[in-house]
Amino acid sequence: MSELFAGIELEPFLLSFKLAGVTTLILFVIALPLSWYLSQTRSKIKPLLEAVTALPIVLPPSVLGFYILWALSYNSPVGAFFEETFGIKLVFNFTGLVIASCFYSLPFMVQPMQSGFESLNRNMLDASYVCGRSKWMTLLKVALPNIKPALMTAIIVTFAHTVGEFGVVLMVGGSIPGETKVASVAIYEMVEIMDYTSAHIYSAIMLILSFLVLLGVYIFNRKHNKKLGGFQ
Amino acid sequence: MIAVDISKTLHGSMGEMELSVDLRIKEGEFIALAGESGSGKTTLLRIIAGLEKARGTLNVGDEVWMGAKHILPPQKRKIGFVFQDYALFPNMTVLQNLLFVQKDHALAAQLLEMTGLDELKERLPATLSGGQKQRVSLCRAMMNRPKILLMDEPLSALDPAMRTKLQQEILTLHRNFGTTTIMVSHDPSEIYRLATRVVVLDHGRIIQDDTPKKVLLKTSGSQKFSFEGELLDIIDVDIIKVAIVSIGQQLVEVVISPQEASSLRIGERVTLSTKAFAPILSSK
Repeated sequence: MSELFAGIELEPFLLSFKLAGVTTLILFVIALPLSWYLSQTRSKIKPLLEAVTALPIVLPPSVLGFYILWALSYNSPVGAFFEETFGIKLVFNFTGLVIASCFYSLPFMVQPMQSGFESLNRNMLDASYVCGRSKWMTLLKVALPNIKPALMTAIIVTFAHTVGEFGVVLMVGGSIPGETKVASVAIYEMVEIMDYTSAHIYSAIMLILSFLVLLGVYIFNRKHNKKLGGFQ
Repeated sequence: MIAVDISKTLHGSMGEMELSVDLRIKEGEFIALAGESGSGKTTLLRIIAGLEKARGTLNVGDEVWMGAKHILPPQKRKIGFVFQDYALFPNMTVLQNLLFVQKDHALAAQLLEMTGLDELKERLPATLSGGQKQRVSLCRAMMNRPKILLMDEPLSALDPAMRTKLQQEILTLHRNFGTTTIMVSHDPSEIYRLATRVVVLDHGRIIQDDTPKKVLLKTSGSQKFSFEGELLDIIDVDIIKVAIVSIGQQLVEVVISPQEASSLRIGERVTLSTKAFAPILSSK
């Protein structure tokens, strides 16, 4: 048994989780104001913003990956600016992967948070304003604590979705060991070189981890809804 | 003195409607706002609270809450608002709900004591009954010592016994704090018990503005009993006809002539009246 696992490198997994962790953190900060705005606004540009946010769900990862690759490379103004000003290359390294993942996983953070905010009782938010609290304080003290299940779903699904990313990562990052070779890319390569034993082990680990994470979310949501008597 | 002079175009279920209200309110008054649903009552409350925009002016004492250029946000108006669905913060205990408005522990303790909520102060709203929730909501609305207390059908979701109890508490609070109050209500006995003035809205306009006695007692001075009810059935008993009428929570039987019977339709609203020279009132 130990021989079977002897050749298994943990690095691709660590890289996958590091990428997912950083992406989730950044997206949480970006999605919080965005989803709050989308849930509260009656502006005409709301459908436009929603459509743009949801694009990564329907676009083939290769299309998204291609555009990001092009935008971040030296051939585009953005890529050229970063390389000339800060000396940072944005493609075929970890930074590029994080940027690409942020685009790719954005809807998975925004949509659950937005529907969480939308499910809140509007009168409750109005009550907070009448109590003298600003929109920002209302978001932090009233809205956020009452959408914990939605927040949990947003964070976990974003994390899991980023771990499961493949197409975009391959396009933007390639497969550089220790830098951009994440678990999903590693499995793809194993299958290509017909190392089915390793592919089986890697895939099984991914499957079990993903299942446990999702199970945890659903158990948490059940407990939370019981405690607060559901959304009010 | 509170001077309301506002207008707003509403897009309701029955098409466009112009809400146009000009109202002077004296300090300490308790106004009941009545009228059919869709007549603009809730919108008027929300405009006064600053939760909805409108044209016109709103002056409270020497403060301008709404002027030509200046609009005071709801956060700065010092109002209490009691919602029909309580709108408590589910993540906070009863006491935390109150202190969220202002960290005034003495006032919170006084309000909880007055409404008998003292023992429930560490509980979460989800564990309270409807009546208890509305008490918390009422206390919370009083926590910033509001200049105006606005209540949108606060008791309509409660059963009659609980309603009577809470009416008494609203009255106690009103007497203690003397807060100028506007309450949306449909219940005549509630209005009579609490309000000093009734304003009736219809299609966005004030159609009546008087004391509860003048507005509610439709037969005032005529020495008549008069009740409104629904005609449920007309039955033949031997050679006479008997109408069954539902008035409030009670059913009554009334003998009617065949001519009357033919002019009435089952299901319609009817007025039942009789001379009342020597009625007998006795306690149950």
